[in-house]
Amino acid sequence: MTRVCLRASRMLFLIAAVFLVLPLRVEAHLPTIGVGPVYDGIFHFLLSPEDLIPVIALALLSGQRGARFGRRVLWIVPLGWFGGGLLGMFAEAARSSALTCVSFLLFGGLVAANARISLRAISVLAAALGFFHGYLNGTSISRFNDGTYAVLGLALAVFVVVAIFASLVVPLRRQWVLIVVRVAGSWITASGLLMLGWALR
Amino acid sequence: MKSWRDTGTVRLTMLLITVLLCAQSVQAHVNKREGVSFLSGLEHPLTGLDHVVAMIAVGLWGAQLGAPAIWVLPVAFPMVMALGGMLGLLGVPLPGMEIGIAASAMLLGAAVMTELRPPLALAAALVAFFAIFHGYAHGSELPAGESGLLYSLGFVMATGCLHGVGITIGVVHRWKWGQRALRVAGAVIALAGIFFLWKAVA
Repeated sequence: MTRVCLRASRMLFLIAAVFLVLPLRVEAHLPTIGVGPVYDGIFHFLLSPEDLIPVIALALLSGQRGARFGRRVLWIVPLGWFGGGLLGMFAEAARSSALTCVSFLLFGGLVAANARISLRAISVLAAALGFFHGYLNGTSISRFNDGTYAVLGLALAVFVVVAIFASLVVPLRRQWVLIVVRVAGSWITASGLLMLGWALR
Repeated sequence: MKSWRDTGTVRLTMLLITVLLCAQSVQAHVNKREGVSFLSGLEHPLTGLDHVVAMIAVGLWGAQLGAPAIWVLPVAFPMVMALGGMLGLLGVPLPGMEIGIAASAMLLGAAVMTELRPPLALAAALVAFFAIFHGYAHGSELPAGESGLLYSLGFVMATGCLHGVGITIGVVHRWKWGQRALRVAGAVIALAGIFFLWKAVA
């Protein structure tokens, strides 16, 4: 067993060494080229509260329901986001304010109510959230040269955020901590209501 | 018994530390006043004493009433407050807004002072009714040119934190001296409400 482990670590070390000695082009002036399309996608998601917060709400909801729900959402949302993003790249730019309000109200409300939603229902909601938000992201990045990589970055960031927040909530057992999660849901709903007012203004 | 490493608190702390250690680039010119919007939303409920005392009173009253009111009231307040904010943003007229805010401090303070114990639905309805006036004031005072989403997030979070302050202070309710202290705090809030009402109608 030890010999197998040793061989595996040597192999891993060898692969790492090969990657390290691969010659890559170095961009001296990073500000002129940005940080690359994948990171653009990642940062776009992390710096866009209208996308980030509904995903956090969905992750909290799946965490409230348990590990099985979390695992399902973990894969469905990024895949939906990626698919929607790719499709959106070929579409005209679209306004997102109404959809964002709906996402805030729906997912925040479900978290606040600690809704006993079925696995099938959460899967459908996760796919819808991923697809529509990804689609809207895709419409705004279609002019980029490496749009597919940017969409990939978006999906990766979504995956990581869902993984972090769902895994934070799943092991929670103390009543007051679970209430804190529900309070967070109510805050998201409240923000959604205000955004609705802002959108209708 | 679970190991301390398994608790969500430790994971949350680790996540927080990681986020704090992340190096961020600093923009000299904030785009579309986004950062400013969040901060102005965050400070808006804190700049008006009438808002502050009413929201702390909600937390204090929830702590006196115990579970489930301790969390139902602070959950109901921001949601209905947002509804009021939406009315304010849409420009729907709401007469007597300042009087409503002053009355909220007065009556919620009186509820804390007397340790009033109505049915949960009635307590939630009372809190929700007053939340509309507070939300309306926030919504109608949204500074022009700021991001609605970030401003909203800021002021909802600040409101929730004020409830949290009230609940935390309300923890003293478990002791005899604490119960008396909370009643005195309620009386002070009610007196402040009378002062705000006098200012609103004067």
